[in-house]
Amino acid sequence: MQKKITTPLTNECIENLKAGDSVLLTGYIYTARDAAHKRLVELIEKGEDLPFDVEGQIIYYVGPTPAKEGMPIGSAGPTTSYRMDPYTPALLDKGLKGMIGKGKRSLEVVESMKKNRAVYFAAIGGAAALTAKCVKESELVAYEDLGAEAIRRLYVEDLPLIVVIDAEGNNYYEIGQQEYKKSIE
Amino acid sequence: MREVHVSKITEIIKKLCMDANYYLGDDIKNKFYEFKEKETSKLGKEILDILINNSEIAEKEQMPMCQDTGMAVVFMEIGQDVHIVGGNIEDAINEGVRQGYIEGYLRKSVVKDPLDRVNTKDNTPAIVHYNIVPGDKIKITVAPKGFGSENMSRLKMLKPADGVEGVKRFVLETVKEAGPNPCPPIVVGIGIGGTFEKAAFLAKKALLRSIDEENKNPYYAKLEKEILDEINKLGIGPQGFGGLTTCLGVNIEVYATHIAGLPVAVNINCHATRHKEAII
Repeated sequence: MQKKITTPLTNECIENLKAGDSVLLTGYIYTARDAAHKRLVELIEKGEDLPFDVEGQIIYYVGPTPAKEGMPIGSAGPTTSYRMDPYTPALLDKGLKGMIGKGKRSLEVVESMKKNRAVYFAAIGGAAALTAKCVKESELVAYEDLGAEAIRRLYVEDLPLIVVIDAEGNNYYEIGQQEYKKSIE
Repeated sequence: MREVHVSKITEIIKKLCMDANYYLGDDIKNKFYEFKEKETSKLGKEILDILINNSEIAEKEQMPMCQDTGMAVVFMEIGQDVHIVGGNIEDAINEGVRQGYIEGYLRKSVVKDPLDRVNTKDNTPAIVHYNIVPGDKIKITVAPKGFGSENMSRLKMLKPADGVEGVKRFVLETVKEAGPNPCPPIVVGIGIGGTFEKAAFLAKKALLRSIDEENKNPYYAKLEKEILDEINKLGIGPQGFGGLTTCLGVNIEVYATHIAGLPVAVNINCHATRHKEAII
């Protein structure tokens, strides 16, 4: 069964999400990938304000294709998350509660997620045309010069995600693969 | 001597950039259906359905299957009896990429300098491989390469004593280490032999062959099948959530090598495995 969740993420919602859950997400989320993360963390290090308040929010690791006329966004699937690992703990310490991407995370990120009670979701990598259908609005927030890497605020409706790492640090890549191997023994 | 104007090259490259990003290959689609029958993971089956559905939407709405529309890798097979006129061939290729990526609403993913990292805003320059062949035709293949999978690719200079077992071990290690990162199900291109750079080139070239078509040498055709089966025993599954369908196809290309060496390159591609070709 798919759980319906909304942003900003509440502590109650986070504690109820378990690795392997399928969820449908509705609400505002922020896009950021490599170059934007670098700038955000430079601001944190200098003690300056971020271009948006990350408290309780979700960042989606995505660099969409350009939108055609009349569309809010182009294709918009997840990018590989590990490249954001060096920057992630600083954002989690600032109150970031969720991340959407695909692929593995570092031990440092998982430890920081447990400490800060945050969740890591996977969107389906490669299903970018389908994912675009869930994006209803897109608004530039910062770093227009970065093109596809700019920070945008998206309004998504029923975006299908899978909880990969929950706030306890359980990892569905490990659990799912173990379960599959057991099933064929 | 047959003359070909550079504007023809630009026009074709522009179209191939768009087509490669909008239309999933029939070989991949057929494998999706084949693996869906065999896949025992429920979530794995669902993901295969999602990817089939995604390719249908991309085709119908003329939008990219994946937001990473890649760096444009262009293979030019130029007949030695062709005379290219009207300008510089490399400029013509890059102009085709520029027009294709701008007019086709494809993402501009190229930075001018690997350390300075300023986006060129038109996805140029392309990576161009030239090959001079007999005849008076030009065969152009455009293979946009996404970096989620490119980053998971590896090259290793094995010892001759490592042999075929060493090759298999290195391929399996590479795929296992990549895990969920390159958006499995993947396609694996393997280059064996040559020199350091030739092995990498062969691995890339292997990805241009349809996954329905096996290596012409029966020994390597058998090895392709063996490696495919071994990869699919790893249990990584669609998107890394566990399952049979980790890899849809393995293609191997080989070349002569030195008495002291056994170079092996593994180029990983996601399911999109984009490549479209045309002949002038």
